[in-house]
Amino acid sequence: MAGIYIHIPFCKQACHYCNFFFSTSLKLKNDLISALILEIELQKNFLSGEMVETIYFGGGTPSLLSEKDLDEIFNQIQKHFTISSDPEITLEANPDDLNADNISILKNSPVNRLSIGIQSFHEADLKYMNRAHNAIEASDCIEKVQSAGFENLNIDLIYGTPGLSDELWLENLNKFHENKITHLSAYALTVEESTALDHFIKTGKSQALNDEQARSQMILLMDFMRHSGYEHYEVSNFALPGKRSRHNSSYWKGAAYLGLGPAAHSHQSNFRQWNIANNAKYIQSIKTGKVPMEREILSEIQQYNEFLMVSLRTVWGIDLKIIEERFGKEKLEDLLLNSIPFQNSGKMIQNQGVLKLNPTGMLEADRITAELFLD
Amino acid sequence: MKNYRNFCIIAHIDHGKSTLADRLLESTKTVSSRDLQEQTLDNMDLERERGITIKSHAIQMDFEHGKDKYVFNLIDTPGHVDFSYEVSRSIAACEGALLLVDATQGIQAQTISNLYLAMDHDLEIIPIINKVDMDGAMIEEVADQIIDLIGVNREDIIEASGKTGVGVDLIFDAIINRIPCPKGDPEEPLQALIFDSMFNSYRGVIAYFRIFNGKIKKGDKIKFVNTGNEYFADEVGILRMDMEPRATVGAGDVGYLITGIKESQMIKVGDTITIKENPCEQAIDGFEDVKPMVFAGLYPIDSDDFEDLRESLGKLQLNDASLTYEPETSLALGFGFRCGFLGMLHLEIVQERLDREFDMAVITTVPQVSYDCFTTRKEHIVIHTPSDLPDPSMIERIEEPYIKAQIISKPEFTGGIMSLCIDKRGFLTNQVYLSETRVELSFEIPLAEIVFDFYDKLKSISKGYASFDYHIIGMRPGKLVKLDILLNGEKVDALSAMIHRDKAESFGRKMCKKLRELINRQQFVIAIQAAIGSKIVARETISAFRKDVTAKCYGGDISRKRKLLEKQKKGKKRMRQVGNVEVPQQAFLAVLKLDD
Ligand SMILES: Nc1nc2c(ncn2[C@@H]2O[C@H](COP(=O)(O)OP(=O)(O)OP(=O)(O)O)[C@@H](O)[C@H]2O)c(=O)[nH]1
Ligand code: SF4
Ligand SMILES: [Mg+2]
Repeated sequence: MAGIYIHIPFCKQACHYCNFFFSTSLKLKNDLISALILEIELQKNFLSGEMVETIYFGGGTPSLLSEKDLDEIFNQIQKHFTISSDPEITLEANPDDLNADNISILKNSPVNRLSIGIQSFHEADLKYMNRAHNAIEASDCIEKVQSAGFENLNIDLIYGTPGLSDELWLENLNKFHENKITHLSAYALTVEESTALDHFIKTGKSQALNDEQARSQMILLMDFMRHSGYEHYEVSNFALPGKRSRHNSSYWKGAAYLGLGPAAHSHQSNFRQWNIANNAKYIQSIKTGKVPMEREILSEIQQYNEFLMVSLRTVWGIDLKIIEERFGKEKLEDLLLNSIPFQNSGKMIQNQGVLKLNPTGMLEADRITAELFLD
Repeated sequence: MKNYRNFCIIAHIDHGKSTLADRLLESTKTVSSRDLQEQTLDNMDLERERGITIKSHAIQMDFEHGKDKYVFNLIDTPGHVDFSYEVSRSIAACEGALLLVDATQGIQAQTISNLYLAMDHDLEIIPIINKVDMDGAMIEEVADQIIDLIGVNREDIIEASGKTGVGVDLIFDAIINRIPCPKGDPEEPLQALIFDSMFNSYRGVIAYFRIFNGKIKKGDKIKFVNTGNEYFADEVGILRMDMEPRATVGAGDVGYLITGIKESQMIKVGDTITIKENPCEQAIDGFEDVKPMVFAGLYPIDSDDFEDLRESLGKLQLNDASLTYEPETSLALGFGFRCGFLGMLHLEIVQERLDREFDMAVITTVPQVSYDCFTTRKEHIVIHTPSDLPDPSMIERIEEPYIKAQIISKPEFTGGIMSLCIDKRGFLTNQVYLSETRVELSFEIPLAEIVFDFYDKLKSISKGYASFDYHIIGMRPGKLVKLDILLNGEKVDALSAMIHRDKAESFGRKMCKKLRELINRQQFVIAIQAAIGSKIVARETISAFRKDVTAKCYGGDISRKRKLLEKQKKGKKRMRQVGNVEVPQQAFLAVLKLDD
């Protein structure tokens, strides 16, 4: 089981909170797609023939891709990789790109799952985040893609923004639920270093974020989604039964994946690597037949820590048998011992060979993970 | 022996000692050009990072002069006040001193104090105006200052540059012609002074010595005169870029000795080495014990490491004879050591060296000077830590150490310096114009007021021009109180401080504010209070932490996130649990950063 991630590093405008890698100038777009096509060939052996189960177009803004771009990319992937008969193929789209033409292009392509960057249905919120779309586009695009037949659908929502009261947050969640969307990714707004938001807060132009609000809105979210029949299967992800993101789940299961395009990350059991985060340099290097990347070999401890970190984010939790088999009995015993305080406080539970976080533990997944790390 | 010259380089901080040493090492080909770097002798990481010399460093050079061959033993010394003990021990191994004065700065406070140290030992002084290549060099003005200070002739002052190498030949001539060769008799019984030592995990203790009489051979059965300990000389040699073993080291020379001793307390800097079978009659006068100026508790972060800390301190002390320590206990921190330092930089360096050289992360309690407390029952108690202080009802008076501070600066900064000193409870005792552009101000100030941030403030007020030297003049009564810090109502003795009554409240407020910044939010509300006796004078609260933002985590986030969490976990290891509150290592030194 393996996945392919394709990074499309362009956006129409920069959202204030965003620290993904992208460029707002489309000048290099055609050159970049050509380079991407070349990279697919250069990396054809990365997955050593493993069956590709999932493909994910992320960004940036993959909905900026033209019909021709998509065709070429899919043809090239098909040529060099073995694709399963039932792949999950997701594409991230922004509401302002989802007009009738674009939707039909996507529908006629192999893409079978959309992930829409809605973030909020409230105008003021969208302005605060400097999103390229407005509230009307946010609601309209959902009906459009659903009626075009995209049934497997995710939307992203952000909570914890200064203008977002609990009522407004619940309105957003209700809108999600009314539309019978199958999957939700919900994120607390975080201030990443060197973003516009970071700058505004540091210079006093924006108010600082309130973590009490973020916490209470996450609790609201968890309650709402449980009552609405969604499974909270990962810290920031909720799905109707059978509708989990297969691609993202593979990240949390430690599966191998190949990342293509600038800044994309790849993983094999004992190493991670990432392409250079610079469009011009990426294009230039690929042209000479060399993938511009850096690689990090993971020590056993690092592999252990990663395994803990990703597993604890999920409902399936840490498989204790895997800990024992991969890392040895001693590490297993240490882990169980160190988890006792969290089990006592009700934040963790150990059951049938699995150690995992309870909902209250999910709220603090990072802190608990750090405490269970080995050094 | 008549071709030996033993000398040190002394100066105010940054006047270019180590850089000039580079030129001497280069000209004598002691160091190959491949191995030569800037300030080659500053070989400790900490020295290189900070750009200052911390340890004296001895090195031997060969020099050919016409058909004569000379051997020079050079000792480069530090310039910072906190390390003046290094200078005084180096001086005891020499017959001469190169006194550098920066041509752009002129004579500064430690120029004078180091000069006097050298004159006390009758060293031949060779004055050198250094950095003459610089645009701002005021050669004649500085020459006048030197003539005034030591009463030499103008032609005896050498103009040089450690950067360009100008004047280096003249320096070699002066070393040969003006510094006397060592006296002493190679046929007399061995008499060698240990002026420094260090610990090496393979070789054990290494002692650096200067031989005054006799000689030492590999395999000799030797004896330390003061401690009476006896050992075999496993290896003796001289100090070049590396240690170079020799069969014999003779009178007048500087060298090293390895006996295989692994226990640090078996050897003492200042002791005399002699031969068991044919001992010298007298020990050489050792060194005066240094009086620490500042005291602070050092505690292992992990309380199980107490014995390791003791061992590390012992080994460090071999290489830092000015460090003192004795065990103490703290309610908050458990077992640790009360250590004495020559100043705050010294404290900081010790803490860093423990961490880097011995992998020993420590928590340092609030530093303070030593007080004398006189009780109503007429007892006299020396207070090295606030918890030594008896109940206030028992205290008749407390006395604190005063210093005489000499500040040399430009007249235009006099006003600013005066207000600083007055703010620090000092008073002016003298003001002398050394020249039209240089004034010397003398103050009497409580030592406690200058140990923390005085020097930084002085530097900023005088735009870097003022230099400062001080010595203790005695104990005087003061209105001193103990300020306690409470975390959630529990007194944290490691954060208590002795402070003047008039400053206690504002100090308490700043302390609470700073701790609020440094202590992370925890699962519960934390109250930080400052109290004098039972009276609360300041309070801050840290609200409970509710959510550590558990952010998203997809394929491209995993590496970064793992590293972030690993760092978070490491950060936690540098914390100490006090009551139920986790306090980070830096919080204990909060007092030093109150004004940041
Ligand atoms: N222009 C010029 N700069 C110099 C000269 N000598 C030293 N410097 C610079 O002055 C600074 C201090 O030089 P050091 O040799 O480290 O001074 P030091 O006296 O050994 O300093 P401490 O040991 O810390 O007291 C460095 O930045 C040197 O590059 C010189 O002759 N000319
Ligand atoms: S559209 Fe997405 S990738 Fe682009 S700036 Fe906004 S959040 Fe970032
Ligand atoms: Mg130096």
